[in-house]
Amino acid sequence: MIDQRVVTPEYLFFEAPREKRFMTGSEAVREAIKRANVDMAISYPITPQSESMHLVGDLYAEGYLREYFRGENEFAVMSAVAGASMGGVRVFTATGGPGTLRAFEAFPTWAGARLPIVCAFMTRGVNSPLSIQPDTIEMAFMLNTGIMMFHAETAQDLYDMILKAFVIAEKTDVHIPVGVFTDGFFVTHTRDTVEIAAEDIKLPPYNPYCAPVPVMDMENVPVRQMRDPFVMKSNFISYATHASWQQEIMAAAERARNYVVKYLGGLVEVENEDADILIVASGTAVSQSREAIGMARREGLDAGLIKIKCLRPFPGEEIRKLTRNATAVIVPEFNRVGWLCQEIKSVMEDTGKVIGGPRVFGGMTMPPDLILAEIRRCSR
Amino acid sequence: MSVTEYRVLAGPEGYLPPAAASMGVALPEEGEALVEGKIVPEKEAMRKIAEKLLTAKNPVFFPGPLLLWAWKEGVAEKAKAVKDLAEAAGAKIIPMPDYRPKYPMINPAIEINPNHPNLTIWHNKIDACVFIGVHCHYANVALKIIRGGTDCYTIALCGEMGHEDAMISLRDVDLPKIKKVTEMVKEMKKEGLK
Repeated sequence: MIDQRVVTPEYLFFEAPREKRFMTGSEAVREAIKRANVDMAISYPITPQSESMHLVGDLYAEGYLREYFRGENEFAVMSAVAGASMGGVRVFTATGGPGTLRAFEAFPTWAGARLPIVCAFMTRGVNSPLSIQPDTIEMAFMLNTGIMMFHAETAQDLYDMILKAFVIAEKTDVHIPVGVFTDGFFVTHTRDTVEIAAEDIKLPPYNPYCAPVPVMDMENVPVRQMRDPFVMKSNFISYATHASWQQEIMAAAERARNYVVKYLGGLVEVENEDADILIVASGTAVSQSREAIGMARREGLDAGLIKIKCLRPFPGEEIRKLTRNATAVIVPEFNRVGWLCQEIKSVMEDTGKVIGGPRVFGGMTMPPDLILAEIRRCSR
Repeated sequence: MSVTEYRVLAGPEGYLPPAAASMGVALPEEGEALVEGKIVPEKEAMRKIAEKLLTAKNPVFFPGPLLLWAWKEGVAEKAKAVKDLAEAAGAKIIPMPDYRPKYPMINPAIEINPNHPNLTIWHNKIDACVFIGVHCHYANVALKIIRGGTDCYTIALCGEMGHEDAMISLRDVDLPKIKKVTEMVKEMKKEGLK
């Protein structure tokens, strides 16, 4: 293990010299965790996530983490992660596809308990029928769990978003979990150039005593108290408390907007925003869209791109403003349900100009020609 | 969020009032404070707090566990300063020692709990209250319930970043800030405000 010194998040993210390395998305996860001053990580294997948590286990063996183990299954892992976070440590895990669904109950529980857990989701199909191949359908299920959701397009995004997720999640006024999603295989198992900071620097440690809830440190008052549930009574007071509690979780995500702007540079990134035809996408659908836009330009067609980096909180105001003057809004997705298209329609004034597709799923790739065909059709 | 005119005012606001943060109310930056959903200079909010405490019929402080237990250096001094402030303002103190829902029922005359704060406010006819030393999550849960069901004016003296759901909220409240509010209360009393 290399001796590391603590630096400010701002230095690590924006000022520290970076070195270019050619690595897979899974290796980018390892590099992020190496610099994240993580106390504990818990793993359970599932393709295409297994390699990333294996590499995090290697970090434990090298001395970068204080604790690491393999749980019994995804539900056990996500529950153990919750316990670790309630105890006041910085914790990381990762899963994907059926693993996400197997652990599903844990995610709203994390949010409800105000736990600043960071979890990477390497998305894949969810067994209808069995598939291990790329698909973002699990993100549809995750949208209303209360956790924040970032969607990485590249290994670079994955590295940066994981590191920044810890800092945003642990803000006192936010303090809810962050899921960093990336498209399995397309990012995790391909190599790309990633610019990373030196490995002898790391984030400051997590301070659980700034949490908006008591840390469950049984040795110290005033925190020798459980977060007792109020579900045991059937009365108006219990219901009103639960409602107010849920509102507070949503409020926490609202407060995170400023931090997403500060650290990720915004909830969206825009290229050629004045174009008549706009493509709105997240994850690797952004890369395919960029290719398609390049092809369209060579044909003399004009199209712009809105890359959504943060899905929760959702950039509703940004989308509404950016799409106001467009004649067509194309939403390519790697899933059959079109959850991003539904999200976009929910915030736009004129939903008639939204084209829900192209969509591919079950592991299919998305040739840029499919998106180009939509651009051509909308240009007529 | 859309630009909104949502104001954080004394209730009863209704069956289930929204979280102010979801209505576009943002937390203040350092040196600023919130008054009824609007960001103002900190000193202006301090004066407003002093005024509200002195003009209320039954102001009450609700100190939470972060203030009631000497869990780190400086807390005992802060607690004493809060007691001085309450005394200067002629306010009572009802502690919030922990956050467990009280069953079968709370004794509203002597305690308050974030899960049913309205019971204590109704029972004691409290028209202005001050949250201090309450973990932010529980303070926000309680402040919304109070705004929904009572006409109590809520003030949050927060050691962290403040509370959108209080009618007045200071942030980064430390010993000097508590003493400053106490001085303002004493000055206003001298000037005849009651």
